[in-house]
Amino acid sequence: MTITTAPSTPAAPGGRGLLPAVSIQGASKAFKLHHRQYHTLKERALHPFQARTYDLLQAVDNVSVDIAQGEFFGIIGRNGSGKSTLLKCLAGIYGIDAGEMDVRGRLSPFIELGVGFNVDLTARDNVILNALVLGLTRKEARARFDSIIAFAELEDFLDMRLKNYSSGMSVRLAFSVAIQVDADVLLIDEVLAVGDASFQQKCFDEFRRLKTEGRTILFVTHDMGAIQRFCDRAMLLEKGRMVAIGDPAQVAHRYNELNFGRTIHELSDERVDDDRRTDYRDADIVDAWFEDATGARIAAIGNREALTVGVQVRFNTALDDPSFGVTIRNTAGATVFATTTEWSFGPTGHFAAGKVATLKLRLENWFTPSSYAVTASIARAGLGSDTIDLRADLATVVIHGGRFTTGVVDLPHSFEIERQ
Amino acid sequence: MSTSDYAEPRRYGPNAFGDDLRRFVSLTYTLASTDFKLTYFNSILGYFWSLMRPLLFFGVLYFVFTNIFHVGSGVPDYSVELLLAIILWTFFVQATTGCVQSMLAREGLLRKMRFPRLVVPLAVTLTALFQLATNLVPIFVLALASGITPTLAWLELIPVIALLAILASGIGMLLSVLYVRARDIQPIWDVISQLLFYASPIIYPVFYYNHSTTSYAAKGCVFNSTRDVYLNVYGKVCQASSAPVGNNLHLHFIGHFLMTNPIAALIAQARHALVGGGLGANPSANFALGGWEYAMIPVGIILVVFALGVVVFRHEAPRISENL
Repeated sequence: MTITTAPSTPAAPGGRGLLPAVSIQGASKAFKLHHRQYHTLKERALHPFQARTYDLLQAVDNVSVDIAQGEFFGIIGRNGSGKSTLLKCLAGIYGIDAGEMDVRGRLSPFIELGVGFNVDLTARDNVILNALVLGLTRKEARARFDSIIAFAELEDFLDMRLKNYSSGMSVRLAFSVAIQVDADVLLIDEVLAVGDASFQQKCFDEFRRLKTEGRTILFVTHDMGAIQRFCDRAMLLEKGRMVAIGDPAQVAHRYNELNFGRTIHELSDERVDDDRRTDYRDADIVDAWFEDATGARIAAIGNREALTVGVQVRFNTALDDPSFGVTIRNTAGATVFATTTEWSFGPTGHFAAGKVATLKLRLENWFTPSSYAVTASIARAGLGSDTIDLRADLATVVIHGGRFTTGVVDLPHSFEIERQ
Repeated sequence: MSTSDYAEPRRYGPNAFGDDLRRFVSLTYTLASTDFKLTYFNSILGYFWSLMRPLLFFGVLYFVFTNIFHVGSGVPDYSVELLLAIILWTFFVQATTGCVQSMLAREGLLRKMRFPRLVVPLAVTLTALFQLATNLVPIFVLALASGITPTLAWLELIPVIALLAILASGIGMLLSVLYVRARDIQPIWDVISQLLFYASPIIYPVFYYNHSTTSYAAKGCVFNSTRDVYLNVYGKVCQASSAPVGNNLHLHFIGHFLMTNPIAALIAQARHALVGGGLGANPSANFALGGWEYAMIPVGIILVVFALGVVVFRHEAPRISENL
């Protein structure tokens, strides 16, 4: 951490040399959700005795955190967990109901970028206006004008009105203004999804540079990869409360558990017996499931934890050497992995009529975090093309933890570098 | 990075005034001047278009009230008086109705940045003030063309306009935050401003009800014709000037009461300053009201409205962005 400016306030008691750049103590923010909102005086006059009932939505609930100068701090949480509200409270857009919030130094919010622009004004006027709103003086705004435009790469469109800008261009402009105002604390709310790849890279480089200059960055995102790559510390919010804080990798892991914990419930409701054929077959696939090392059926498991697929088959007639197939598909429907007993087991032997057999397939769990479904099939001995029964997507498992890579699988690997 | 920023941790949350007066002023000025520029330089005929509305309004009213209703025909310099009143009124209406939806218009800024909320309605009033400054040009042209000689009294327009701006910004503050809560403030204010328009001496000369009713009648009451249906209040008062003295006390009160309307008083004073004319059709506000002590009533109303605006705005400011 490189601090270029020492605080002029005396050091906080307790031996800490630097005051936190952002200090949040027991902050709470609730929104009233009226059951019946009156938007006009007429409605109020017409229903004078109607009770003004409302639900209280506790968007931020008793959150306390100190963020040091120069820290790159991630805030994660599911949709509606209160991260953006917290950021807006910090940005001074919403007032808080309880607690205290202090931000030392100039603050630059990267929230809803480009929204504050007046589309009838030229880029030039908008930049000056935005910079003034962000707290620069007119003189400072003029002095920084060129670098703002250069960073946005919009030199050729200076005197064009913003209504003629593409959305990407105006977001780039807004980003440049926000980044060039020399803020001490930057509040970044999921803005990196905008802009093309090269501009995104440029933004991240700029954040890194600002961090080395001792600027404090608060970063809200759903991208666990970015959290782990950039943040020194992260905080997980759930229903307005802080449920985890600390090492980004661990907090990201908690986030995945939370996020997929919800998916599991949804998925278990969705299981329906629909494509089951009613006509008589020599064998029926009764069930399929995922289980962990202890043999317990599971709906979610950590990446690299031992994973087993179970398939239960009932034989209606005696069969010799049928082949069992297991296919695992991801949410996109692509087959990630497929195998049959024909390929990797050999002859399966004799199964008597009326008996039930259970097949277990142990897997090295190299799946990347996502949701996977198992399809089970049984075919007559041979090439496996004479299918007796096939049931698609019988069970689903959510893999969490691990790294978010763009790959489908996270193969075990190691690097080696040889220098010539 | 400026070290001074570290000196005091700032308490967060939006408010009306902010904590930096210089920033407040420069932000208000910038918002107002960019809006002003937009109306002026966006089209080739910008300046003329913005003048067109009051001038066209003036043209119609002038024609109607000199050629059809003969309200103005007996009044010297009726055209100057009419134009002056229309332009002052245009400022007032532009500022106040502009404030009504101002928060919605600045929603983008309000929802993403921390800045003093009061800047928004004040910038609207300031834009209208810029416009008023440019609109004064045709007034002076018309006044000089009508043979009115400039006097030092013209400077009285400055405090008059200042008071009108204070009134407009007070009402503007109220309207801007009330609109956030109740969207029908818009039509309600339209109706109220129409009422104010007819309750103020804009299309008709300032009525003043002197203590001696006979002397007033002798000066030539412009309402001696009953054709003026629009102006019934003043018309009736005027007609009654020849009525028995018993009635006059009552009418005396109404006449003075109507002059306590700050807009009426300010327009009266502005006309008196620009056109002059002793005790004729252009009495000064305090003369029309019956003395300085009474002239304090409209001034008091202006200050009370402004103070009320500040108090209500201050109270509502922290929640504007979430209630929008």
